[in-house]
Amino acid sequence: MLCQNCGERTASVHVTRIINGEKTELYLCEQCAREKGELDFATDPFSFHNLLAGILKPEIHPGRSFIQTDGDQCKNCQMSFAEFGRIGRFGCSECYNEFDFRLDQLLRRIHGSARHTGKIPERKGKTILIKKKIKELRNELERAVAKEEFERAAELRDRIRELERRSMFQDGGEG
Amino acid sequence: MSLRDLINKELSKWMLAPGPESDVVISSRVRLARNITGIPFPNRATPEQAKQVYNQVQKALEDRTAFNLKLVDLSRLSEIERTAMMEKHLISPMHAEGGQYKGVAFSEDEVISVMINEEDHIRAQVLYPGFQVEEAYRVVNQLDNFLESKLDFAFSEKYGYLTACPTNVGTGMRASVMVHLPGLNLANRIQQMLQGVSKLGLTVRGVFGEGTEAQGNLYQISNQVTLGRTEEEIIDNLNRVTEKIIENERYWRQQLLKERKDDLTDRIMRSYGLLMYAHKMSSEEAVRLLSDVRLGIDLGIIKNVEPNVFSELIVLTRPGYLQKIENKTLKPEERDIRRAALIRKRLRLTQS
Ligand SMILES: [Zn+2]
Ligand SMILES: [Zn+2]
Repeated sequence: MLCQNCGERTASVHVTRIINGEKTELYLCEQCAREKGELDFATDPFSFHNLLAGILKPEIHPGRSFIQTDGDQCKNCQMSFAEFGRIGRFGCSECYNEFDFRLDQLLRRIHGSARHTGKIPERKGKTILIKKKIKELRNELERAVAKEEFERAAELRDRIRELERRSMFQDGGEG
Repeated sequence: MSLRDLINKELSKWMLAPGPESDVVISSRVRLARNITGIPFPNRATPEQAKQVYNQVQKALEDRTAFNLKLVDLSRLSEIERTAMMEKHLISPMHAEGGQYKGVAFSEDEVISVMINEEDHIRAQVLYPGFQVEEAYRVVNQLDNFLESKLDFAFSEKYGYLTACPTNVGTGMRASVMVHLPGLNLANRIQQMLQGVSKLGLTVRGVFGEGTEAQGNLYQISNQVTLGRTEEEIIDNLNRVTEKIIENERYWRQQLLKERKDDLTDRIMRSYGLLMYAHKMSSEEAVRLLSDVRLGIDLGIIKNVEPNVFSELIVLTRPGYLQKIENKTLKPEERDIRRAALIRKRLRLTQS
């Protein structure tokens, strides 16, 4: 197909634009796309699709292997990682679990981080908050034991047990 | 119906009152992306599953104690109506394409809107006039808490709120401001500003058109990163950058006024004259001239015209809106004639 702008070179860029609810599709050569500013996104080395492409290409890193396992498809929605790479969207929330081992690198390159530090939902997050608290108390318990503050340690141990019971109840209760 | 009544009826109530720092910041918006656990995202859901999402959200919204939102099924609206909703930012361009089991719920003043089955199951947004990002977040956060008390949101301890596109995962939040920057543009400082801003984890795009070609000097600035930072950190960063932009824009406006007052006045009054007397006007031209007039109002060069004319007419003269007001499909040439007439009428309304 020829470029719809110059009509000379072969079209290699497909531009979809939605203006006033109307979808227009354009096929442009790379040069015209660049001139029209349509390539800004695509040529940006940090653009999302370039990131994806870079991650999906099995680059050979010394001392690192690219694992391809049968976990290549999400059990909940049947989306494959290759398909995700093509459309740039996951199929369902379970995909994040299924493709977990490949997400770190991707998310780090998009966001500079692969760990959520923001809001935790109130109802659903109760268990998570309790787990966090337990972890804190355990650290405190260790310190107390090291300092031979046994009375305090016993107090902390009781609080941890109580929280563990509550978190089990939460898990069961939410099913 | 008088023009005043029409404007009151057609425009979102929030648009009719200017907000803080509205000489530079037109509006502030915070949007949250949320999904329901287990059900595939809209790009992969079967019609049955999409319906399930629609019904669940509908049911959640039936409880009007916290938020009184009116739900509209997009498949029951005409294309013109959907386009007009998009033009006042109630729904996204993608949502305006319509489709089955897609909906939007909004508050009476249209400050709050909740899109159902857009790219994610739920996209909740709060939109305020002027510079009020924190306030917008406060409200959308309450709405989120309310929805979460009724719906099972997909959330992971590690990745936060799970979204269809990994560029939204984590907070699922996009906070943005729409800014009017004629001063920076006239002083040839816009490119510099855009580059500076994009180095600070923010994205800038023209509201109409891209880059320096942005029509009407209107830009949308939003956070790029959604993961690894808290909502407060993201908003704080956007606020600080926006404050700097406001400061710069005001500085350059004053410089222009000092150094090129006659040129500037001539340009502004010519644009005003065209808007007052032209018989045909494209939406591109309208946005460009209205931007000049707004600058003229802000600098006191044009008197007796309310600054709000700008934000009102920017929306009212969009192609979808014009057709909605006229209640029929209009050819581009007809639209240009109606647009010019509407602008003339609106500007005269404020003069008397
Ligand atoms: Zn070409
Ligand atoms: Zn999946």
